[in-house]
Amino acid sequence: MLRRFGSVYLRELLRPLGQMIVFVLGSGFVLSAVMVVLALLMRGSAADKALLARNGTDLLTFTLSNLPQVLIDSVTLGFVYAAIALGYSMVYGVLEFINFAHSEIFATGAFIGVEFLIILEGAGRLDGIGNLLAYTWLVVAIILGMLGAGLLATGVERIAYRPLRGAPRLVPLISAIGVSFFLQDAIRMIESLTTGQFHRIIPTFGNFDQRIMLGNIPLSSGPILIGIQVKSVIVIVAAMLMLIGLNFLVNATKVGKAIRAVAADRPTASLMGINVNRIISLTFLVGGALGGAAGVLYALKFTRIDPFVGFFPGLKAFTAAVLGGIGNLTGALLGGVVLGMLENFAGAYLSAFTMGAAGAEYKDILAFAILILVLIFRPSGLLGEQVGQKA
Amino acid sequence: MKRTLYALSFLVALSMLLTACGGGGAGGGVIKVATQSPLSGGQSAIGVDIKNGAELALEQLKGPLEEMGFTVQLAPYDDQANPDQGVANAKQIVADPAILCIVGHYNSGVQIPSSEEYHNAGLGNVSPANTNPKVTTRGYLEVNRIVGRDDVQGVVAADFAASQGVKSVYVLHDKTAYGQGIAEFFRIEAEAKGMQVLGFEGTEEKANFDALLTPLLAANPEAVFFGGIYDQIAVFIKQAREKGYMGIFVSDDGFDSPEAVNIAGEAIVAGGGTYYSTVAGPALLYPGTAKFQTDFAAKYGAGPKPFAAQGYDSMAICLKAIENAAKDAGNKMPERAAVANAIRALKDYAGITGTINFNSIGDLTTAKYFVIQVASPDPAKWNDNPVAETLDIAPPQ
Repeated sequence: MLRRFGSVYLRELLRPLGQMIVFVLGSGFVLSAVMVVLALLMRGSAADKALLARNGTDLLTFTLSNLPQVLIDSVTLGFVYAAIALGYSMVYGVLEFINFAHSEIFATGAFIGVEFLIILEGAGRLDGIGNLLAYTWLVVAIILGMLGAGLLATGVERIAYRPLRGAPRLVPLISAIGVSFFLQDAIRMIESLTTGQFHRIIPTFGNFDQRIMLGNIPLSSGPILIGIQVKSVIVIVAAMLMLIGLNFLVNATKVGKAIRAVAADRPTASLMGINVNRIISLTFLVGGALGGAAGVLYALKFTRIDPFVGFFPGLKAFTAAVLGGIGNLTGALLGGVVLGMLENFAGAYLSAFTMGAAGAEYKDILAFAILILVLIFRPSGLLGEQVGQKA
Repeated sequence: MKRTLYALSFLVALSMLLTACGGGGAGGGVIKVATQSPLSGGQSAIGVDIKNGAELALEQLKGPLEEMGFTVQLAPYDDQANPDQGVANAKQIVADPAILCIVGHYNSGVQIPSSEEYHNAGLGNVSPANTNPKVTTRGYLEVNRIVGRDDVQGVVAADFAASQGVKSVYVLHDKTAYGQGIAEFFRIEAEAKGMQVLGFEGTEEKANFDALLTPLLAANPEAVFFGGIYDQIAVFIKQAREKGYMGIFVSDDGFDSPEAVNIAGEAIVAGGGTYYSTVAGPALLYPGTAKFQTDFAAKYGAGPKPFAAQGYDSMAICLKAIENAAKDAGNKMPERAAVANAIRALKDYAGITGTINFNSIGDLTTAKYFVIQVASPDPAKWNDNPVAETLDIAPPQ
């Protein structure tokens, strides 16, 4: 008996790790291959010659030499998207409802974490501290962000969604959009009243800004450095821990079984003695906490936050959830990684391949065009058919 | 403070009204020059000094008009940096026949709607601070300015880059009319100066510049120009330095905020450093302002803030134009239209900020622009940033 449980635990811990590795390597390999084939096909074309004249490298060298860095950046962004997408997917899995306020839950988490660090900085507690203490404070900031965001999400569910649970599906959707606007301006108001400004910058401390150099590729236009920032590593590791933890919670614990039961059939679950309201609250708490942690990580990686900071990552993460198959946790992970890759590949290579006609500013257009293509052929998303795994 | 200012301006206005009623005698009469600037609110520090500069000029330079028998007075108005208030004041100003010229404003967004009123009334306006191209490109005879234009900053930055020996640049902008406009002028001038433009891109991204940086780093330009506002550019600079870019950053006056170093930290002074252009500097940057600075400090107890010297010159131009127009009218009270014409017709007027000549739309034929180097990662030292280069450039026609 005990041994069986042990193997279940181990399986649920290792399975998501394996999935992550497979997804990252798989989508990275596919996209890299596409780029290299494109570069080979375009040998001798006008774009090739233009790049040779401008940078002194041809398309193939350009593509290959930039691949490692693009892949690293993609994975970082992909895991941020995945962490936010989990919140959308969990709620959708249980309630079949899109919580559009999730992007503001994310922003709230970012603000709580950053304000905490700013207070510490103001008290002089971040000056010249060692790495151990720096990481401790960062972890505390993330946990505070998770707590605040999780509680906020639960409160939002209690006030704005639960009374509408029997209503037609569009009604809670509108309510969610309303909550989203409300929270944006509430953050703005609170920040403006207490600090006089609503653009906040995460304090610089610890070794997070350092760059671990992995090597460089010498080119005629100068060497291309390959490296990864400490904070990117933190983002990736933290997101992986969150994904593994969530997967464990949903698939290997009793509470997780209840969540899955509510997702599968709410009336029947309630007949089996599961307190549906509590499970739904818990779903929001967990989803919100993940969003809050993602918010603090986002602030760490990208430095500056404002009350509207959640909008674009939220939209992208929602897209990632749909791309992977909404309601499916593995799908959210895959969708996040794929979208992060698409975006970074498009941004990095568009301008070289189009002779500067369509630059990095069009990365979203390309990423979303591919998304539309995928959804035309797989309307339920990349992993949408595995309903059994719905959270 | 606010209330005393209101009360003061009310009293001044009242006393002027009384003297205006009383002084309708032959030969002379009361001539008023109005100022409009934010005298209350967050931008009042600069707005009050614009008014003070104008007041000082009025005191020092009203002699010739008084010899002709006129009484010359200042009529200060508070536009609160608010377009509605500016237009409401403008309506009062044009309704007062004694006002022959108006010095104002500080905000282009206030100047543009307010000057529609001046234009309809034929009232000459000299702007001490408004840099939006539209201030003059509407082609109104009444509207003039003695500072440079936003859209010339691209040219300024490109000339500066050329003078630093930069051979290759990468041009970025924030897709706004302001940032993109400057970036496009930068590109044209950079190509004209023989620099290689390795890329030209716009982005609304404010957080994640990874995708943008990959082609930029591969191109490895000697300098990067970014047209836009500090909250985006400073984040970009930080991330570019983190990725190992060590060239020069050049930006525009949207970058002029201590918050920029707050965001970017050490990255801003690392490598080739960071520079930004501005259209008007503090008084000490202009060689002719030595006496003005001591006079100003003696009268108001503190040195002049940016645009105070321009306030002085704007008033001086108004007074000179009124004098010229009065002489043409046979030492009688001149018409407003005659004053407006006289402002535009001034030739080589020696102001404290330089020699002033207006072109056909009211821009200076050559205006001064400054390129400033960010010297310290400490936000408190932002105002001590040294001037790297001063350029005289003609506006686009």
